[in-house]
Amino acid sequence: MGPPPTDALVQIRGVTKTYRRGGEKIEVLHGIDLDIARGDFIALMGPSGSGKTTLLNLIGGLDTPTAGTLVVDGRRIDRLSSGELSRWRAAHVGFVFQFYNLLPTLSAQKNVELPLLLTSLTAAQRTRHAAIALALVGLEDRRGHRPKELSGGQEQRVAIARAIVSDPTLLVCDEPTGDLDRTTAAEILMLLQMLNREHGKTIVMVTHDPKAAEYASHQLHLDKGTLATASPEL
Amino acid sequence: MKYLPLLWAGLFRKKTRTLLTLASIVVAFLLFGLLQAVQMAFESGADAADAKRLLTTARYSIIEPLPIAYLKRIEQVPGVVGVAYADWFGAKYQNESNAFPVFAVDPERYLAMYPEFTIAPAHREAFAKTRTGAVAGVRLVERFGWKIGQPLPISSEIHAKQDGDLNWQFDLVGVMDAEDPAVRGNTDVVLINVAYFDEARQFGRGKTGWYIERIADSGQAKEISTAIDTLFMNSPDETKTQPEKEFAIGFAKQIGDIGALVTRILIAVFFTILILTGNTLAQSIRERIPELAILKTLGFSDGKVTALVVAEAVLMLVLGGAIGMAAATALLPVVNGGTGGRFPPLFVDTATWVWALGIALGVALAIGLPPALRARRLRIVDALAGHR
Repeated sequence: MGPPPTDALVQIRGVTKTYRRGGEKIEVLHGIDLDIARGDFIALMGPSGSGKTTLLNLIGGLDTPTAGTLVVDGRRIDRLSSGELSRWRAAHVGFVFQFYNLLPTLSAQKNVELPLLLTSLTAAQRTRHAAIALALVGLEDRRGHRPKELSGGQEQRVAIARAIVSDPTLLVCDEPTGDLDRTTAAEILMLLQMLNREHGKTIVMVTHDPKAAEYASHQLHLDKGTLATASPEL
Repeated sequence: MKYLPLLWAGLFRKKTRTLLTLASIVVAFLLFGLLQAVQMAFESGADAADAKRLLTTARYSIIEPLPIAYLKRIEQVPGVVGVAYADWFGAKYQNESNAFPVFAVDPERYLAMYPEFTIAPAHREAFAKTRTGAVAGVRLVERFGWKIGQPLPISSEIHAKQDGDLNWQFDLVGVMDAEDPAVRGNTDVVLINVAYFDEARQFGRGKTGWYIERIADSGQAKEISTAIDTLFMNSPDETKTQPEKEFAIGFAKQIGDIGALVTRILIAVFFTILILTGNTLAQSIRERIPELAILKTLGFSDGKVTALVVAEAVLMLVLGGAIGMAAATALLPVVNGGTGGRFPPLFVDTATWVWALGIALGVALAIGLPPALRARRLRIVDALAGHR
């Protein structure tokens, strides 16, 4: 890997992650070095158990590395406490999951408003911001619907609206099309591509699907906890 | 407030389960409101007691009379600023079931001793001036439809007139009431003028049932009680003097320790609620582990997620408690109407509402904290891994 680009949003140096299972230590990531440029769209690929989701969780601040440094947007997040990480995630990261993970009892509008509850916005402002996010993903007419009243693709769009509503720097997506048919998956990927190209969102996406990875600017391959290859552009 | 829709949605995730749980809480607090009202009615005498009032009865039995001649001697005890006395008449009106207390009193002394009883000045004056006069509590007046100025035929089970007749007749000259609902139950009496009663009765003239003393300093109650009792020590009519509250509590306990009974019932009820609701909430939280993990992913801190779970328990208990207490408050006037004034007025007072709130919060914490702490310890990656 060459010298880090000056506009790197994510800088990962020597990151190792070890889990304990029973009395056994399992090292999932082995000394990862990686830079992700601001405004990039990265597809993180690799076989099951290669450590893709673990690396994504570290980048998104859902977990902390066992060793190494992790800097996102100029801030070392590997040293943050649980509370500091919560605040950091709320301000800087949007998450999109394979199974959407919407709250089933809330409407699409209220699901999208959830991250805004942690801000100082008024109820009216929260409503307006959520409406804008839903419009951006093409679901302004589904605001009052609950998740079970939406299709899988629509649920994922609501999840994307929730991820972008607080205008985060970084979007982390874990198999965002893994539960969708080919056509709907393509729509979701185009939506992510639009957010990357037109709104400048930096996106890190874990996927098994080579076709999905083609929507990204760059592809990274993890194998057994080590970055195996990167596409030539990186 | 901004988290209320989130709490509400979580609470009513499974409507039937939540409504059934809520119903059990409502019933528990309804029972609490009603039983507290009953307990208050039994203890109203003690609650309404004035710390500056003492009661002197015969030493060995409250039914033994004391000489009226004690009055002047008691008045001279240092610290005593007023003395009244009363005698038990043992009344029934029309038939056996219409029994209520009738006290033979010195009107001026007695009404001055109980300033919490409200009586119109004209009624008070008429009572003092009319030897056959009587005043009655407003609830008795309403119950029997009495009118001022009418004759009041009352029979005594104890005192006969000089001709041996147990049927007496008085003239209703006044009505008394109390502003405090807790005191109103104590006005369910008829007061008759002792001047006429003592002169007209066949036996026991020159005697009275008990004395009531007003003292200047409640802190001196014990010393003054001893001083009064010492006056009559080794006489044929020894006395026992005690603060009014002690007397009222002792009198109520002759029926039974209602307070202890009510407390035990309520402990059983709330313990059951604790187990039922606690189990329901824990089950609800277990089902929502992935959702709590999502909230944490979005940036909700451990503390905030903990607070949300506890707040959900608080919301359910306070909501159920408020409905239950409101139902008790609404039901008691109906119960009061049904008793026809034979029982002291039942009502839910402010203190009971405060107690209910305290119990609701306490139970909410007891059932909310265990799942809340579990939610706090929840690791996002583990919870999300379980959901994949």
